[in-house]
Amino acid sequence: MKVAYWPGCVSRGFTPELHGAMEAVAPLLDLELIGIDRASCCGAGVIAEHNQELADTLNARTFALAAETPGELMMNICSTCQGAQSECQERLDASAEYRAEINTTLEAEGLAYEKGLVTNKNFLWLLVEEIGLENLKKKVKRPLTGLKVGPFYGCYIVRPTDRLGIDDENPRDQYMQMVIEALGGEVIDYAGIYKCCGFPIITMNKKASLQMAGTHLADATDADADCLVVPCPLCHLNLDLQQPMAAAEIGRDLSMPVLHLPQLVGLALGLDNKALGLSRHVIKPTSVIDWSTAVIGSTGEAGW
Amino acid sequence: MPEYTLRLRRYNPESGEAPHYEDFKVELEGHRSVLEAILQVRGEQDGSIGVRCSCRAAICGSCGVRTNGKPGLACHTHLDAAAKNSKHGENVIVVEPMGNMPVIKDLIVDMEEVHWKKIRRVTPWLVAKEPVPEREYIVPHEAMVDVTQTMACIQCGACVSDCLTMEMDPLFVGPAALAKAYRFVGDPRDAEQGQRLKDLAEDPHGIYDCTHCFQCIEACPKGVAPMSQIMRLRRRAGSDFHVDDRNNGHRHEMAFVKNIRKNGLLHEADLLPDSYGGKFHPRAVPELLSSLPVVLRALKTGKVTVKKALLHEHKASPEIERIFDTVENREVRLEYNLYISGNEDDLADDPADAVAPAATATLAPPVVEEQAVEAPPEPPVAEAPAAEAAPAETPAAPAPDAEEAPAADPAAEIEVEAPAEGEPTEGDTQ
Repeated sequence: MKVAYWPGCVSRGFTPELHGAMEAVAPLLDLELIGIDRASCCGAGVIAEHNQELADTLNARTFALAAETPGELMMNICSTCQGAQSECQERLDASAEYRAEINTTLEAEGLAYEKGLVTNKNFLWLLVEEIGLENLKKKVKRPLTGLKVGPFYGCYIVRPTDRLGIDDENPRDQYMQMVIEALGGEVIDYAGIYKCCGFPIITMNKKASLQMAGTHLADATDADADCLVVPCPLCHLNLDLQQPMAAAEIGRDLSMPVLHLPQLVGLALGLDNKALGLSRHVIKPTSVIDWSTAVIGSTGEAGW
Repeated sequence: MPEYTLRLRRYNPESGEAPHYEDFKVELEGHRSVLEAILQVRGEQDGSIGVRCSCRAAICGSCGVRTNGKPGLACHTHLDAAAKNSKHGENVIVVEPMGNMPVIKDLIVDMEEVHWKKIRRVTPWLVAKEPVPEREYIVPHEAMVDVTQTMACIQCGACVSDCLTMEMDPLFVGPAALAKAYRFVGDPRDAEQGQRLKDLAEDPHGIYDCTHCFQCIEACPKGVAPMSQIMRLRRRAGSDFHVDDRNNGHRHEMAFVKNIRKNGLLHEADLLPDSYGGKFHPRAVPELLSSLPVVLRALKTGKVTVKKALLHEHKASPEIERIFDTVENREVRLEYNLYISGNEDDLADDPADAVAPAATATLAPPVVEEQAVEAPPEPPVAEAPAAEAAPAETPAAPAPDAEEAPAADPAAEIEVEAPAEGEPTEGDTQ
């Protein structure tokens, strides 16, 4: 399957292991990633906060560029991109008049946003809705047996439910649990699954921001998780990169590995730790590595 | 008739007993409300159940609870809909008091500290612009339409219940109060817009304390979308009134916008220092020093290389810069408000709505059409009674609200059959 691939900014910036892991996993899932190279940042909600039309125009341009690729749909690997782009798309699709206004700005570049042309799905949605869990199960080479995984969604991919198309038919707020189970892992239920990592207010209210991250990590620890998995690199920044500071803020030792979704999928599909960039995390995923080497040991493959 | 198990969280601080859950069986049609089930149980099985309610028609905002984990009005939640999402077994409906507020008894919470005090904190009345006209203020039609969304608030506290910033920072002014603040900031008759914005931007627990988690948008039974109102407050404060707040809120926004204009993609290494006013700004130095361990960790793990941090690999194409120039140089910011203008497909589906608000309401500069809005009879407390005494809100409330809101109210679309905001008497007849 060919997809117009939008990795976002952070997966190529401060969490390069995410983009790398996605590129490593894609061929195993028969995904052909066609980059939308000229596209810009989705605005992460901040540009929309500054100027709604600006965010709508930038994302209309991204959608228009995605439509020019041979991809069947557009795929992102960042909850925040999904949420910010869905918000803009909802407005763009609501009114022909508004769309025309936005397209006037894009015209000079020979681009136009057309309603109904581009479906934008996070890798998580694509896994369940396009690739399918049964198909995914067949591709598992090293089931995550015994690995206890806590899902952490990030706000932008679960709320508001109507905008994101979460309903009985597409229980997208259950997909992480379904994927973890399909890969053979054990889902850990804890208080923070649908809460905010705190990243958006790290520069405005550092204390509250780190308290959020720290509390969710501690809750997952108490629920006996081996690791968390996130579909959002911004959550990863607060939960992994900032974890030592979050631990200091809540006054508790924390050592909770946080994996990107493609990394978890890659592990089960048999990729090694290095290919998935697991060494690039601030919190060494020791529990995950111990688990994987134990499994690898039995098959005689090299570890990390 | 289906049978439901109503699992109520019971707590009476005076009893000295710990909170616990108690099951009650009720037989009711699925389209009946959770509130009706609670009242039936209270009437027939246990008269000691504490629940607050009044209108039973989603107007008074008294019966805010959490049903199967979701905050909302008990009278506005159908039993079958609630049971469908149950994780506790077939037809089991767990009803708990709202969060972030202390429990007085069972389902009744104390809204004083976390809600009402904060509503009062944002000066929830119109500070009349001088000179007060003899008869009425003349204001642009669009300006009044613009604040209808915030006027739909019935003070139920559902947004406060699930606010994730409040969970960590109880001093946060919060979604309900900030939505109320926009109601006056957006009102052209108000004399203190700049002062209100400066106050809320400078407050360390004000508009820049919102973590953008969408919980309040999801929680609100009336489609107020408090978070969207907070973002509008930020836009007004930063762009219209140039408030350079002490919380780095506006600076962060501008640093982000500048960053994308220059690089096309986000260059994180610049964002942090710029959010504090630039690498060499006195304000930035302590922050950057405290971030050093984070930066070192990032370098050590190979997340970031020195080269990547210092060089700007990406550069925005001239097209991106042109878009920024075009949009930012407009005299009036374009905003498409779905609550007001709706989705044209939905409008087309229902001929009754075809004449509903022009999709251009916010597209045109707000000077075209003018309408008279009644001057406050006794300035300066015009709006105060309506805003404060929500449960007693009169049906005479703002005309645009009553007429237009239901047409495009996404919440109403899902569950309610037009809660008859204009005719509360209908609900009272039950």
